[in-house]
Amino acid sequence: MLTPGTRVNRLLRFGGLGVALAALLITGVVAVGALVAGGYDPGVALGALVRGAVGSPEQFFSVTLVRSVPLILTGLAVALAFRAGVWNIGAEGQLYAGAMAGVWIGLAAGDLPGWIVVPLVLVVASTAGAVWALVPTLMRLRLGVGEVITTILMNFVAIHLVGYMVHGPLQESRGVFPQTDALAAAARLPALIPGTRLHVGFAVAVLLGVALWLVLRGTVFGFRLRAVGQSPAAARITGRIDGKRVILVTFLASGALAGLAGAMEVSGRTFALYEGLSPGWGYTAIAVALLAGLHPMGVVAVGIMFGALEGGAGAMQREAGIPAAWVSGIEALVILAVLAAGQGRKWLVQTRLERGRPAEASVG
Amino acid sequence: MAELALLTSFLAASVRLGVPLALAALGETVSERAGVINIGLEGSLIAGALGGALGALAWSSAFGGILTGAAVGALVAVVFAAFVVGLNTDQIITGTAITMGGLGVTGAVYQARFGLTGTTLTLPPLSSVPVPLLHRIPVLGPALFDQAPTAYFAVVMGILLWYGLFRTEWGLELRAVGESPDAAQAAGVRVRWTRFWATVFGGLMAGIAGAHLALDSGTFIEGMSGGRGFIALAVVVLGRWNPLWVVVAAIFFGGASALQFSMQALGWDVPHQFFLALPYLLTLAALAGWVGRARAPSALAHPWPKTSI
Repeated sequence: MLTPGTRVNRLLRFGGLGVALAALLITGVVAVGALVAGGYDPGVALGALVRGAVGSPEQFFSVTLVRSVPLILTGLAVALAFRAGVWNIGAEGQLYAGAMAGVWIGLAAGDLPGWIVVPLVLVVASTAGAVWALVPTLMRLRLGVGEVITTILMNFVAIHLVGYMVHGPLQESRGVFPQTDALAAAARLPALIPGTRLHVGFAVAVLLGVALWLVLRGTVFGFRLRAVGQSPAAARITGRIDGKRVILVTFLASGALAGLAGAMEVSGRTFALYEGLSPGWGYTAIAVALLAGLHPMGVVAVGIMFGALEGGAGAMQREAGIPAAWVSGIEALVILAVLAAGQGRKWLVQTRLERGRPAEASVG
Repeated sequence: MAELALLTSFLAASVRLGVPLALAALGETVSERAGVINIGLEGSLIAGALGGALGALAWSSAFGGILTGAAVGALVAVVFAAFVVGLNTDQIITGTAITMGGLGVTGAVYQARFGLTGTTLTLPPLSSVPVPLLHRIPVLGPALFDQAPTAYFAVVMGILLWYGLFRTEWGLELRAVGESPDAAQAAGVRVRWTRFWATVFGGLMAGIAGAHLALDSGTFIEGMSGGRGFIALAVVVLGRWNPLWVVVAAIFFGGASALQFSMQALGWDVPHQFFLALPYLLTLAALAGWVGRARAPSALAHPWPKTSI
């Protein structure tokens, strides 16, 4: 197998505003081209997109920022894992595990006061996300099975488990719709800005972004994590870094972040669990993390940007009749554009090296 | 006798549900033998399903659908190969993007063409072709000799690819590219060319698998690939990168899905979601138990040539 280290280095090289901007430009051009090819008026589409995303304070706070919460949290989950060379494609399943556990404890403990229930929901959901990540973690560490396929498989298991839960044990007491009962007011996240749907989950997500940035930059564990990601062999040779332990902790933390995203959704936005709760946030998270150059603060910014994109897509469908499914296409395009721009930058640096001119100092 | 009838229908369903997995996994076997792991297989599969549905409608023939599906699946793989072989991008990340894009774009095209309400398509059926006499063999006959043409195609491809990979010059070169691209290049093999075509072939087979899926169920549904592209990746591991074993492993997974119907017929009170999740759980279990004994091509997922910075 490819040593994960080289791959992390390749991905980190995409960091840098230049690559991100080039990627956005490529995406924009291709997306507009696709709209024209599909027979839509790109002006109308773009207008609707912008109005839907930031057209009014209501749209911005209650749609764009609310949607950015799961994107930031799952984006952080993916960025953290990728930094350590852990290819967690399973944020989607971990999110659902968190949503299931969160709704369950929220319904069970709904009679308790809010200052107990809400933290309980968040902690239980994070734990569930970590537990969901534990299976692929152990398979990698104990059996040497790569986590790419196992995390994807766990996503499907989680989705079918949600199907079972909302048709079975957790179905609403009326027994009509395949969804859970609504959470009691005490189990709901308080509003961050009164009068909007923006909940405190947004503040938590941003603070977690800052915290992760500080951990990666300024702590021994952060150093070990980056070392294991960038050069597992070097990390091992030092004799001071237990690579397996670092991977274990990182993988579980990544799962916990994704699980937290699930809790924020059920406790902050939908107040109930149903099938299809997530439109694939766990996968979009990969685009978010990559465009952010795997940097936690970048994830926060890109998360908000993607929140705007998804918020605007709804308006685009209503006003311009463009299927919202195009958004997944655009997100895929972002990933490809980042990869292409990253390779382009590498090629530029290399050409300069060959000409004997000083190359860009930092490529990390 | 009731049990025998149940067994007969279970085996037939196992093969039927295993066919798309076998087709996709056979293609993936070839591209992995050349050193390219295509996580975007799911994207080729769903594109092949939509292409198959549209093609079958346009040509009013199931065969036309299969051909269109193959072409569309190959086209998706061309995009993937252009990135991972042409630009040397990371195979896992690129593949994830191809899958996301495939699911998104097929959904958008389907909605744009047939509306959000989702008019149910009715496609020309992929009729089964019974082999004379043999299909009357009790129990095994319907499973092995009364299947859609794509099923026979999968078995024939399994044998051909086994021969091709292990008994011909072409196969030796392809495997060399997957094991040691540097040595292969030194021996005069065109490494990137080989990888490119192996990957496109993988997409073509996944496209046929997708078209089979649409035609077999008589309609197209958004996201109908349902993770089969990922299960196919696991099937390749379980089949140890050997086309013959890959076909066997695919039918085994077809059986896992077919259990659902048998259990219902037996009247067992198990939630049907359990059977929906069963193929994924079995794949996990099988990977846990088998992977230690299987050896992937050495250069799998390695970009080539290695760059200096």
